[in-house]
Amino acid sequence: MRLLKEAGQRWVVFAVAVLVWELLARAADDVFFPPPTTIAEAAGELWFSPLFGEHVVPGVGRMLAGFATAAVVGVALGVLLGRSATAMAYLSPAFTFIRSIPPPLLVPFFAATIGVTSMQLPTIAFGALWPVLLNTVDGARSVDATKVETARAFRLSRAQWLLGVVLPSALPKVFAGLRLSLSIALVLMVISELIGSLNGVGNQLVQAQRDYALPAMWAWIVLLGILGYLFNTLLLLAERRALAWQPGHSPEAKTLATGG
Amino acid sequence: MTDLSKAGPMLEVTDLGHTYQGKDGAHDAIDALGFSVGAGELVCVVGPSGCGKSTLLRTIAGLVRPSRGAVSLHGSPVDGVPADLAVVFQDYSRSLFPWLSVQRNVEFPLRGLARAERASRAAEALASVGLDKAGRKYPWQLSGGMQQRVAIARALAYRPALLLMDEPFASVDAQTRFELEDLLLRVRREQDTTVLLVTHDIDESVYLGDRVLVLSKSPATVVAELTVDLGAERDQITTRASEEFVELRARVAGLLQGVPQQRSVPVEH
Repeated sequence: MRLLKEAGQRWVVFAVAVLVWELLARAADDVFFPPPTTIAEAAGELWFSPLFGEHVVPGVGRMLAGFATAAVVGVALGVLLGRSATAMAYLSPAFTFIRSIPPPLLVPFFAATIGVTSMQLPTIAFGALWPVLLNTVDGARSVDATKVETARAFRLSRAQWLLGVVLPSALPKVFAGLRLSLSIALVLMVISELIGSLNGVGNQLVQAQRDYALPAMWAWIVLLGILGYLFNTLLLLAERRALAWQPGHSPEAKTLATGG
Repeated sequence: MTDLSKAGPMLEVTDLGHTYQGKDGAHDAIDALGFSVGAGELVCVVGPSGCGKSTLLRTIAGLVRPSRGAVSLHGSPVDGVPADLAVVFQDYSRSLFPWLSVQRNVEFPLRGLARAERASRAAEALASVGLDKAGRKYPWQLSGGMQQRVAIARALAYRPALLLMDEPFASVDAQTRFELEDLLLRVRREQDTTVLLVTHDIDESVYLGDRVLVLSKSPATVVAELTVDLGAERDQITTRASEEFVELRARVAGLLQGVPQQRSVPVEH
């Protein structure tokens, strides 16, 4: 019963917005703004057609592969660099500079150097690397002095120190970085496919635009929204699991926060 | 009192000095410090706040390389952290790993051992500090005093020859401090651990120690070494009320205030 109420609270505004959209679109009767029911019809046809396997699967596959590469490289490098004041003294100006470049601007560069049809994965991996890398560095740097001394006093091995102390200390920041990286990966997936790709959701979006197939265009946009929501929810679940030890993340604290 | 074996004292500190190089010049934390600790002894180091007690402890632990002098453990010079030494820090909340359960915290430094051995050592250590039922909890679910018990259990499970304690009971309330002091006395009787404990609390140093080393203001040096003849069995109420205790704490207090030792002892006319 409470679950039902929670779900109701969470979705009521969304449902009303869709309803208003439906009514307005029908009243306006404009080809550029098809009503949600028309979009849903187009979505039903497109999403469950072979197009899904031809475009959504490879596109999302590249996005996940790029994101995973960024996560692994970013966390590993971040933990090592974060514990080296010397390395960061040399690298931090360069990092700050690269971070301040909006990631989509890299798309033309990668298109020119790697090729329009094969630059998607490297573009996503490169763009998504920076938030997770810099946040991990920040987290690894902030291990408190008492833990450093405790680790030294117990003569922990280097692996124990990095994996057992530095990484868990940095984990809250790592997840903050991963969330940013995920949204960048999704943006770069679409943008890199818009510019030129043999397949992908972005490719189909452009195709629909060229054909003036507005309901199809909207259907792909809605799919991107759903994908973004889905991956973000999965990441949040992973975070909650990995940070279960934190007071704020405990099951008890959670029921306190959401209960009533 | 001190039971020095044929091999000499377990810990020997000779002419130890350390100077920190800060932005506003050099600062001598400790200077010309010398003393020794025999196996099985519990020695308390008491000194005014900020006198360099922590520097002394970190130098002995091998965490800080001293500018002058030498520390030797079992007759060999300390260069880096020795293998059979454990430290209990004042700040238990930072010293424990919040992402590990209590049991895992205690096991963590024992990685070289077989899994079963680690688990049994941790269980034994937790039982000896009265936390045998808290193994699966996380540190933040325990009170401050219980967290410091976990830190003590972790040090005991490591089975060090020498246990160093840096103001271990300074961050808990008075009632808990008494409990932890008695816990330390009991554990050290049971396990025959050698302990060097640094504190700024005069009463605590006399209550716990077999000997009390009184340090001067910074740069710290040993002003006096007092033997505490209160016996092995001590009690928070009767021991603290005993004549020897009261007299000793007055002497330590006098020494800390820079009063010459003779004047703090009643003189017969």
